[in-house]
Amino acid sequence: MANQTALHGKHLEAGAKMVDFFGWDMPINYGSQIEEHHAVRRDAGMFDVSHMTIVDLKGANTRAFLRYLLANDVAKLTVPGKALYSGMLNEAGGVIDDLIVYFLQEDFFRLVVNSATREKDLAHINNEAKAFDVTVTERPEFAMIAVQGPNAKAKVATLLSAEQQAAVAGMKPFFGVQAGDLFIATTGYTGEDGYEIALPNGQVADFWQKLLDAGVAPAGLGARDTLRLEAGMNLYGQDMDETVSPLAANMGWTIAWAPQERDFIGRKAIEQHKAEGTFKLVGLVMEQKGVLRHGQRVVVEGGEGEITSGTFSPTLGYSIAMARVPATAGDTAEVDIRGKMVAVKVVKPAFVRMGKKVI
Amino acid sequence: MSSIPNTLKYASSHEWARDEGNGIYTVGITEHAQGLLGDMVFVELPDVGDAVTQGDDCAVAESVKAASDIYAPLSGEIVEVNEALADSPELVNSSPYEDGWMFKIKVSDTAELSALLDAAGYKNSIDE
Repeated sequence: MANQTALHGKHLEAGAKMVDFFGWDMPINYGSQIEEHHAVRRDAGMFDVSHMTIVDLKGANTRAFLRYLLANDVAKLTVPGKALYSGMLNEAGGVIDDLIVYFLQEDFFRLVVNSATREKDLAHINNEAKAFDVTVTERPEFAMIAVQGPNAKAKVATLLSAEQQAAVAGMKPFFGVQAGDLFIATTGYTGEDGYEIALPNGQVADFWQKLLDAGVAPAGLGARDTLRLEAGMNLYGQDMDETVSPLAANMGWTIAWAPQERDFIGRKAIEQHKAEGTFKLVGLVMEQKGVLRHGQRVVVEGGEGEITSGTFSPTLGYSIAMARVPATAGDTAEVDIRGKMVAVKVVKPAFVRMGKKVI
Repeated sequence: MSSIPNTLKYASSHEWARDEGNGIYTVGITEHAQGLLGDMVFVELPDVGDAVTQGDDCAVAESVKAASDIYAPLSGEIVEVNEALADSPELVNSSPYEDGWMFKIKVSDTAELSALLDAAGYKNSIDE
């Protein structure tokens, strides 16, 4: 039997179309995926992301442990509450997962990792944590809602106590704060303003209903995928995995090479990748009719690659994609769409941010 | 349950055909099919004047989820296509049996109708 989040009943109540998502019974849409997408870009939408895995790390050596575990450097986290996006690599320099790490106290950091990779992530983290005497605790008692869109924060504010409002007032992007029963973070997977809020399972249905009453539209995994792709954000398992170097997945910016003496898992391998050169992850834009799809062959200057994620962009009105191609690729490419070679533009892999076209 | 009007004929590949008289049949996809495909983003229609053969692909429905071939439920000549779908492909979702129709065929051999399902037969085929 599939896992259910504490919001499962609310999804059924709203008439959601449910699908299996790596062992979780999750809403793909509540009617129209495109309308849900627009609700997030233009107003406010919410996603049940309770299937994601929250892992708390405690112990005096937690920072040192994370500096070894992650390719990005938690030494950058100097203010409590500050968060960082990072890849967690294996020794071969492949991506085990991508995650967000929050610095809460010197002996207390929080990770949010993908649900599809939960078991291997926990095994890896537990295994590596032993040497640092760090306690690893999964927090399945928390549900999580992502409220995203230009009006998301204002609508959430109507549900918060005066103390909670004060706690989040002026919070910059990529911060998290515990405010009463809510862990409120200025993070997301849509390219819009908003919060990701973790709270006890027993309270989440009521909180979801209050958000509905405040005019926040429920949005499913379908809209979540088109929003993140427009924002140029990677999806683990599709745009990268354990066989892919972060350098070939547009994650170069998440690797902290300095200081040179910091040893992290996978460092030697990706230093070699860097020296040898890798494929690169680019954006593709096709303004004519048709939709770019995962797995389609891409011909560029100097070789061939493949679309890792492709979709119709509801905001732009045409198709966009991410593709892994030889580094020699120029400004144009051809995609094999069901046997027909179609010319497309090659751009940086980010298409829409804060409701605006960025290509 | 999705709507399956009794007045239409169906192909097991989820197209419906409606008798408009004079050998003209209007073709679209069923409510069940649009639900499986999700929001429609492009519909590639045949050209007026094209000859089509029963069971051959003659149009493509691209949804947020996938590109799906649409098969001609009957043989004949395309006499009209739904131009409104160029700007409003979502009509296939919101009104699959009316405003979301795709094309009209002047049928060459009405005997082919016997290969199509009635509403009960189609319902059985999707309940499997």
